[in-house]
Amino acid sequence: MAVEHIVAQGAEHLVVHGLEWTSKELFTYPNEFIYWSIQIVMYPYMTGLVAGAFVLSSLYHVFGQQDLKTIARFSLVFSLALLPVAMMPLQFHLQQPLRGMNVMFTPHFTSAIAAFGIVFSTYAVIVLSEIWFVYRTFFVDQVQILKGKQGAVDRFKYYLYMLLSLGAFDLSDKAIALDKKAVKILAGIGIPVACFLHGYAGFIFGSVKANALWMSPLMPVIFIMSAVVSGIALCMLTYILIMEFKKWSAIIAKGKGDESVLVIAGAELDVITKTSRYLLGFLVAAISLELLDLIFRGYTAMKSWDILRSVMYGKDFINIFVLQYTLGNLVPFIMLLIPGVTIRRTFFALILVLFGVFMMRWNVVIGGQAFSLSFAGYMHYHMPIIPHNMETYKEGLFGALTVLATPFALLWIINKVTPALEHK
Amino acid sequence: MNCSRRDFIKNTFKTTLASALPLSAFKMLSPAEVKAYTGDSSIRWVFLVDTQKCVGCGLCVKACKHENEIPYAPPITRTWVERYVLMKNGQAHIESPYGGRDGYTDTKIRENEIPPEQIAKGFFVPKLCNQCKKPACVQVCPVGATYQTLDGVVLVDRKWCIGCGYCIMACPYGMRFFHPIHRVAEKCTFCYHRIKQGMKTACVQNCPFGARRIGNLKDPNDPVTKVIMTERVSVLKDEYGTKPQVYYIGLDTNVR
Ligand code: SF4
Ligand code: SF4
Repeated sequence: MAVEHIVAQGAEHLVVHGLEWTSKELFTYPNEFIYWSIQIVMYPYMTGLVAGAFVLSSLYHVFGQQDLKTIARFSLVFSLALLPVAMMPLQFHLQQPLRGMNVMFTPHFTSAIAAFGIVFSTYAVIVLSEIWFVYRTFFVDQVQILKGKQGAVDRFKYYLYMLLSLGAFDLSDKAIALDKKAVKILAGIGIPVACFLHGYAGFIFGSVKANALWMSPLMPVIFIMSAVVSGIALCMLTYILIMEFKKWSAIIAKGKGDESVLVIAGAELDVITKTSRYLLGFLVAAISLELLDLIFRGYTAMKSWDILRSVMYGKDFINIFVLQYTLGNLVPFIMLLIPGVTIRRTFFALILVLFGVFMMRWNVVIGGQAFSLSFAGYMHYHMPIIPHNMETYKEGLFGALTVLATPFALLWIINKVTPALEHK
Repeated sequence: MNCSRRDFIKNTFKTTLASALPLSAFKMLSPAEVKAYTGDSSIRWVFLVDTQKCVGCGLCVKACKHENEIPYAPPITRTWVERYVLMKNGQAHIESPYGGRDGYTDTKIRENEIPPEQIAKGFFVPKLCNQCKKPACVQVCPVGATYQTLDGVVLVDRKWCIGCGYCIMACPYGMRFFHPIHRVAEKCTFCYHRIKQGMKTACVQNCPFGARRIGNLKDPNDPVTKVIMTERVSVLKDEYGTKPQVYYIGLDTNVR
């Protein structure tokens, strides 16, 4: 009796997680579906961007790479904007999102996910305090400027900056030197933590022994490298967009030949060419590791290789070899190497790089579930496009787009308080 | 207000420390920590499946779905029966539609007629959670919502599971799924609510051919234990190192 009741009552809102977007082929176990879908693709992608953006800014702060000076500040602020977004896909993915905090209450440390909250908040604290030290002088200046002003907005801003300065108004040379030192130390600690944060995302996958595609000790390193690649690419891309916007506003205001326009354009190309060298370096590292992994699997040809090969060279061939390696890696690599780089060419190369890293995440997460644990069947993921309930929104195209759009909205807001691109 | 940053940092540090110390006196116990003390350590529940006896009627799957309130229509199930048909040319046809709950009465496999004269051998393999000694699912749960009792059964706390699905990914046997109504991880429990009261599991009780049996490995006089100790038995996928505790008689190399 009780059973019929439950079945009948549940029937109309019965959502079997995964059933809707999974199609099966040959023999798979009855409970197998694509349980980790688009949001789990977004999760390492977004954390990768955070980590990459931070590493880029630290290259300047720690190693004093002067050529990265302008973009360093920007990428630091951008990594703050990306920070909350690394959590978002996980929240979207949980079946019980309200219980997400349980991870902090009872972390179960044999699990690779358990420490995520701790690593993540450590990292957040580092980013926040670094930004505070970088911008403290600016906050204090603002407080001085806004001091006597009337008007609601100015008053609000005054109190905001007052609060942000945390009562540390000392602008003596000694204090500023101390700020600089603090930034350097924080950026220094930040690099390993950022790498750890992301390598750790790789570990979450690499340590799943049940999954033949994921299980590999190289996974964390591969994840770090591609994370840095994507982070640098995104920072460069956004930087180009903002600079182009500035250039065009200057052109509209002052005419095409004006000196300020030329200055902006020159500076932009300079920063971009220099940063792209770092991008290329990390790209080479990422690709070599991935190829090593692939060759090793083929050579050792363990039990799972038959099915892995049929997925990689057969079903997912387009995704892996055409979209990821060729379009996402090889093409932009050549585009950036050919001498005489222009902003436009770099722009398209960067979009391809970002796409390539996304495809890499996709091929790991979705590709890892493309075959059955029985090694005797396949599963296909059909991403929900038009949502018709919460589940298909969260784990569909629009959920992914929401996650993608958030950092830019945040950057826009944060940029109002701590201007990321001072052009001095 | 004139406080230097040094003071500020010092004070922040002090306050944090002062508030963290008394708070740490309260430790939150995860369900795993609390419930791991439940169960009887003089028992180790194990299962014995005799594939030679299984005829693929699917009554065990039906019984399990009813007993454990798993919605009947969708293909998800805590236990299932697989059909293997191996051809003389070496080809293997394997299936388990809806976990085999309706019984195997059709001669077709996935719409294909199987010519009987070309069949080399055919058999059925019932599957259920292996209640592993080193369960991968318990290892990966980030909140300790899935745990192992002292008598060896792996359970999920429906009130604490966050529904991340990590355990589903980690189980090499594909045992786990999300319960569509409770929206948390779900798995075979060896009918823990029944065996604790001295009853048999629903599947054991409903198998008309005695293909499924449950026993206590710590009791040398238990008939199941006797079989495991004295006869040739094997387990599924031992290469994953989870030390599965469902023993099989009559497995074949083709069994996945
Ligand atoms: S069979 Fe899977 S679900 Fe059952 S205890 Fe082993 S790992 Fe966990
Ligand atoms: S789905 Fe639930 S039981 Fe499984 S790992 Fe996540 S929190 Fe633990």
